[in-house]
Amino acid sequence: MSAPEAQIGIAERRSTRLPTILRGGWPWLVVLAIAILLPWLFFDWTKGRHSGFVLSLMSQMGLMIVFALSYNMQMGQAGLLSFGHAIFLGLGGYFTIHAMNAIDAGALWLPVELLPVIGGLAGVVFAIVIGYIVTKQRGTAYAMITLGVGELVSAAALMFNGFFGGEGGVTANRVLPTSIFGLGYSAGIQVYYLILAWTAIAVALMLLLTQVPIGRMANACRDNSERAQFVGYDPRLVRFYQVALSGLFAGIAGALYAINYEIVTFDAVNAVMSANALLMTFIGGVGVFWGPMVGAVLVTLLQSWVSLLSNSWLVYVGTLFIVMVIYAPGGIAGLIMAHRPFWEARRLSALILPYLRIVPPALVAVLGFVGLVELCTSATIGSHQGKALQLFHHEIDTSSPQAWVIAAALLLGGLLVTRYQSRVFATTWSTLTAETAQGATRQ
Amino acid sequence: MEVFLVTLLNGLVYGMLLFMLASGLTLIFSMMGVLNFAHASIYMIGAYLAYELSRHLDFWAALVIAPILCGLIGAAIEMYGLRKVHRNGHLAELLFTFGLAFIIEKAVQMIWGLVAVPYRVPSALDFSLFTIYGTTFPAYRAFMLLISALMFVAIWLLLTRTRIGLIIQAALVHPDMVGALGHNVPRVFTIVFAGGSALAGLAGVIGGNYLVTEPAMAFTMGPIVFVVVVFGGLGSLEGCFIASLIIGLVQTFAVVLDVSLADLLARLGIVVTATTPFAEILTVRLPRVGALLPFVLLVLILLFKPRGLLGTRDT
Amino acid sequence: MTAAPPAIALREVHKSFGATKIIRGVSLAVPRGQRHAIIGPNGAGKTTLFNLISGRLATTSGTIELNGVPVDGLPPHKINRLGLARSFQITSLFHRLSVFENLRCALLWSRGYKYSFWHLLGRQHALNAEVERWLERLGLEDRRGVPAGLLSYAEQRALEIGVTIAGGAKVVLLDEPTSGMNRGEAERAVELISEITRGKTLIMVEHDMNVVFGLAEIVTVLVYGQIIASDVPARIRANPAVQEAYLGTKAA
Repeated sequence: MSAPEAQIGIAERRSTRLPTILRGGWPWLVVLAIAILLPWLFFDWTKGRHSGFVLSLMSQMGLMIVFALSYNMQMGQAGLLSFGHAIFLGLGGYFTIHAMNAIDAGALWLPVELLPVIGGLAGVVFAIVIGYIVTKQRGTAYAMITLGVGELVSAAALMFNGFFGGEGGVTANRVLPTSIFGLGYSAGIQVYYLILAWTAIAVALMLLLTQVPIGRMANACRDNSERAQFVGYDPRLVRFYQVALSGLFAGIAGALYAINYEIVTFDAVNAVMSANALLMTFIGGVGVFWGPMVGAVLVTLLQSWVSLLSNSWLVYVGTLFIVMVIYAPGGIAGLIMAHRPFWEARRLSALILPYLRIVPPALVAVLGFVGLVELCTSATIGSHQGKALQLFHHEIDTSSPQAWVIAAALLLGGLLVTRYQSRVFATTWSTLTAETAQGATRQ
Repeated sequence: MEVFLVTLLNGLVYGMLLFMLASGLTLIFSMMGVLNFAHASIYMIGAYLAYELSRHLDFWAALVIAPILCGLIGAAIEMYGLRKVHRNGHLAELLFTFGLAFIIEKAVQMIWGLVAVPYRVPSALDFSLFTIYGTTFPAYRAFMLLISALMFVAIWLLLTRTRIGLIIQAALVHPDMVGALGHNVPRVFTIVFAGGSALAGLAGVIGGNYLVTEPAMAFTMGPIVFVVVVFGGLGSLEGCFIASLIIGLVQTFAVVLDVSLADLLARLGIVVTATTPFAEILTVRLPRVGALLPFVLLVLILLFKPRGLLGTRDT
Repeated sequence: MTAAPPAIALREVHKSFGATKIIRGVSLAVPRGQRHAIIGPNGAGKTTLFNLISGRLATTSGTIELNGVPVDGLPPHKINRLGLARSFQITSLFHRLSVFENLRCALLWSRGYKYSFWHLLGRQHALNAEVERWLERLGLEDRRGVPAGLLSYAEQRALEIGVTIAGGAKVVLLDEPTSGMNRGEAERAVELISEITRGKTLIMVEHDMNVVFGLAEIVTVLVYGQIIASDVPARIRANPAVQEAYLGTKAA
């Protein structure tokens, strides 16, 4: 290559370096833009008001995104299954809510916008203390010891009223006089943008932490703890630092929790909240950075929206969880990313027809399942509560066999057809994979 | 003194019940590496089945049929669920059983409602066996001890005197080797899982009316059983037995000993008032903390002796 | 002037698993810079010896010294930091990380990054350039983005050697580096090993005699946990005790 040509080569490489950052990062900007603009989609222009429900839902999604991502720092990135992650969220929340009360009483001066710093500090300090103990173990023993410590802390939260406020928890007012921007945060939209800002900061930081030595070595220790030792690293310390960092962000999520709900009870610290983190992260996908974000959004949606329609939203989440454990352990993100080779080879369209063949029967099966669950719930719990089952304002008689038979038929029929179609789909998928791989090597 | 004796007996009863649950779980965990979150759920199913069977037939029929049904359920879970998930690793298996526990709780709620069902001690056993120092000892508790002891002997005989028992013993400590020796390990797994589930079901039959039969019982009992398994150690049924008794006695005595750290300090001459730092922790009374003590033990054992009391392998 | 301490010195090392004696009193001194091979029939305890030296197992009795520093009882990562690296008979890599990441992880500690969470790896130009050099030396530049678990067997073995040595350890233990390779692959591996371990102390467990006699300066023969001979390859080949251990007693 002649000198001028070499120069051009270098210049090309330099000029593509800057835009690459933007080119690689544009999906994040799109998501951020959507998050900023979405509430306005639900703005009631006649009354000049935001939808309180939507704002509350999106605020919750924001803090759950931070919580789930922090959980994945342990689960997906370090291979640590924790049953006590809510400790850090809860303690972060408790410390923040006490700080809020202190600000209100004039005993502490801190801008409202910086409250999550308190939560983060509480989270990281406790993660250091507790993490030092629990990271002596890994694998199943780690899961067990986090379960034990989690139970201890949540029981303490019920017992010791001084700090934890007992069963009633601790409340505070987020309308405080120390806002940097002079905002009152009584309006839902202001709370949402505050949460969104901190969510964005937390996501960005956690993303960067996957690109630093400790993040990479956490992955390495997850894959092969022994080999990590033989490149000079103490896996126990790697686990410890990773847990400490994950506690930091869980604490920030806890602070957002306190600001959002203006109350923190032992619900924020107990096993159910820890299980929530596990569910969101796993369903979303542990192998991809943004997987837990998808999971947090989806589970929060199911929790807030479906729970309005049905008492059994937990059954649906649980079933989804089991189905994913068996058939899609990579979660939703894993499923999406599995299509990447096809997208890159521009063969994705070959899957449209197969999907059209398999999705409808699957939906029918889901419909049948939902029907059966609702009938069952209504017949037992619902009748206790005197509620009748309604479908599009049409009351359904749960004692007659009609509804049951229809639901069961939908479920069975849907399952059978789905099962047949899934075999066809699998064949198409593997053929397509082979073709794509061949095409790639030919290039 | 009388309090001590009665509490000791009650602690033994509870400890044996724990052993009935924990032994199955230890076997499953040691052999298959699966921490079966759904184990306590099967205990719950056993109790509810016993309740239904007692209503339509009688308690004695329930005592025989419910464990068998639970064993079949366990076999089904292993063959159609766990085996599929096995290729995805231990973590996936654990998550599967976790999701299963979830769903079983909801299913139970859907079928039997949210409130505890009136599963009562059968009238044939509802009398006082003897009286110690004015406190009656119900015959039903003696019955529970009897069943637990019989079960313990049966397991011991099975493991030491039968061929399948020897294979199980070997697989407890070296599961991979057993497979390499040509034994049908999947079938052994199914048998162990079914057996453990049947034991859990039996525990539910006799424990459900002693304690309470409600949808939350799985999630209340489950963690304590885990503690017993980890405390006793992997691969050791003897360790499991000792751990069950220790934790059973600890929890039972804790309810009866109405003391607090402040009382202890008072004996040393230190007085704790409302303004002493950590006053709340020092004045909390033991019965209130009773439910926590197993977890304190769990954390302690994992810190200082992670293999458990008599464990032979790492988790 | 005192001589430099040997790279590896074992003194009366015993190792038992319960009642079973695996290593029954091994004493060995490997001087710095030597290329040393350990051979022996299956079950002789060669891998156990490696595990003892590298800290994976603790000795039942006896001492092990690395460059004069006692290392028995130290955890593997500490021994690694003192300058000893090992490869494994069954490939041991970070299977979900790419080839590039594997090599980079192998360099992190020795280049001083430790548990840092403030260095963005993408910006560490010197580090990344070094990874590139290693990729070229190993012949894996075209596979840099492939997860290690998806490589071919020979590629994985090459990467294994790379990850072992990249950290700059002066004493390298290779456990059957050419196992499972065909003639051509083994020859290339030997070339790679020979070039990469120039100036370092190399201790190798091997079954392939061509590799052993081609690479090693001194060969030690381990049988039933004891050393029966330790000499230059030519004399080992002619040693009757060694022949007996491998082939049984000569036909009369």
